[in-house]
Amino acid sequence: MSAIATQLSPAAALPKWLAPLLLIAFAYVVIPLIGNSYLFEAILLPFLALSLAGVGLNILTGYAGQVSLGSAAFMAAGAFAAYNFNLRIEGLPLVASIILSGLVAAAIGIVFGLPSLRLKGFYLAVSTLAAQFFVQWALTKFSWFSNNSASGVIDAPKLSIAGFEFDGAVGRYLFALTVVVVLTFLAHRLVTSQTGRNFIAIRDNDTAARIIGIPVLKTKLLAFAISSFIIGVAGVIWAFAYLRTVEPAGFDLDRSFQILFIIIIGGLASIRGAFLGAALIVVFPLVLSRLGGFLLGDLFDSGVLDMSQRIVLGALIILFLILEPDGLVALWDRVRRRLTLAWQSS
Amino acid sequence: MIGDFDYQFFLEVLTGGLLSGVMYSLVAIGFVLIYKTSGVLNFAQGALLLFAALTFVSLVERGVPFALALAVTFAIMVALGIGIERTVLRPLTNKPPITLFMATLGLSYIIEGAAQLIWGTQVHGLELGIEDVPLEVGGVLISQFDIFAAAVAAAMVLLLSLFFRYTRIGLSFRAVADDQFAALAVGLRLPLIWASVWAAAGLVALVAGLLWGARLGVQFSLSLVVLKALPVLVLGGFDSILGAIVGGLLIGASEKLAEVYIGDYFGGGIESWFAYVVALVFLLVRPSGLFGQKLVERV
Repeated sequence: MSAIATQLSPAAALPKWLAPLLLIAFAYVVIPLIGNSYLFEAILLPFLALSLAGVGLNILTGYAGQVSLGSAAFMAAGAFAAYNFNLRIEGLPLVASIILSGLVAAAIGIVFGLPSLRLKGFYLAVSTLAAQFFVQWALTKFSWFSNNSASGVIDAPKLSIAGFEFDGAVGRYLFALTVVVVLTFLAHRLVTSQTGRNFIAIRDNDTAARIIGIPVLKTKLLAFAISSFIIGVAGVIWAFAYLRTVEPAGFDLDRSFQILFIIIIGGLASIRGAFLGAALIVVFPLVLSRLGGFLLGDLFDSGVLDMSQRIVLGALIILFLILEPDGLVALWDRVRRRLTLAWQSS
Repeated sequence: MIGDFDYQFFLEVLTGGLLSGVMYSLVAIGFVLIYKTSGVLNFAQGALLLFAALTFVSLVERGVPFALALAVTFAIMVALGIGIERTVLRPLTNKPPITLFMATLGLSYIIEGAAQLIWGTQVHGLELGIEDVPLEVGGVLISQFDIFAAAVAAAMVLLLSLFFRYTRIGLSFRAVADDQFAALAVGLRLPLIWASVWAAAGLVALVAGLLWGARLGVQFSLSLVVLKALPVLVLGGFDSILGAIVGGLLIGASEKLAEVYIGDYFGGGIESWFAYVVALVFLLVRPSGLFGQKLVERV
């Protein structure tokens, strides 16, 4: 069915890598020229950080089928690890401290992934909450992590790689974009490799996966490690490129849910889905506040906005689960197929 | 060191812990009711609790008599439960359990938002007419309110057990919990049963909401008590009311004892995660929980 559809579509004649490549070129060349600082600061930077976190969680939840409610903890681990590497090791290149902080997040991910060896489903989801509460508590409690600053707030260092400074909103955008592009490419390679197929096999039926010779326990831990690595680096972007000043409280349970919502709305087991979901999650509160202010005027204060955001977000989740369980990606593909068919028949 | 061990103090901490464990159990029972009969881990239980307490308090503050406010809130909770079953869960029948869980996560966002949009975000005090004064029982100081809460919890469990054992609809609850398809095959009406289960969960949410609200004040953080109930569920098994009680007592007691006796080594404040660690360690040893069915999805 889908094979026929691809044959019909003229896009199939173009190589598959063309569209992402054009998009990346657009993001590197055109957007810095036309964007203003509001676009970078309020939309693109959080979008990039959350997309990357979504890609990371999607590897664990979408591909390997292990639901995690502790993503924000791994973001926090990455952010605070990068801060400390940068602070405490003289002359450590930024790239190295980002990679090291990803590895720290991965190590924490493996520790909190250990319950997955014996638990599945709800029991596992609940046990990942332990990561959420423990990491947040540790970062607040031990002021060493934040270099003894008040209430655990950390300030981001200057972003410079090999003498090149990423200054201002555009610079930080380019920095974040580069990290996201590299890691997304690697994630894409991973999920189309044998390891990625092992993840899917475990998600779909772990007994069958074991029978065909997949080392289930090792693969599960690998999924936790890789996912936490990516989410940790997303935390570095969140802290260093987007907010510049973060505290542990910024990585609370709501943030974990936000990332989970991104992959549900965007589409589970899809790299593109994480980006579509993150775009919706970042843009819809802005739209809602404009729309609410326009329709209700002064009645629509920040409290009302906050509450109506929660309601709309919750409703979106339920609607997607009922009407489009495969997320925005499926919606997007269907719309595109319809358009192509309409274009061909005309 | 052992010689200095203050037995009296230990007993006091233990009792306090057990009694706060009862409060956790109260929340956990709401989860168990729904999980047993429909296989849904209802994350929105905390939001329901908040909604119930907030509705009740707001009615009382507007001059509605206590009993009437209770009745009206109960009616609203039943209507809400039935509404949720109709609009959210029925379209998702036969979906994987984790999808249903995520739906209830969305649901909790809606209910929390709506509760505060309707009734406002300020903190309300809630007076149940029970004073929170310490009583001396056998040389140990126990809060009177805690005893009252424990009594209410015990009464509710007794009521639920009688209901499950002796009423016709209770029997059909158990049939559905046992085997949905068999229940359907003998002609039980699943939608009716699910609606009544959600109504029952609404009642439990109301009771728990009032007790927790009287303790903490009725405010947004009330919906976070679900996070206290989850380790209790993991420990006791998602499908056992007895497990919810025993799990609650265990978590409550170990949490308080740990905070008092070993908390200082960690710099204090370990209550936020200690319950989860207890539950996890226990599960690593005994994966089916205390009283959970062996068949639950585990590796």
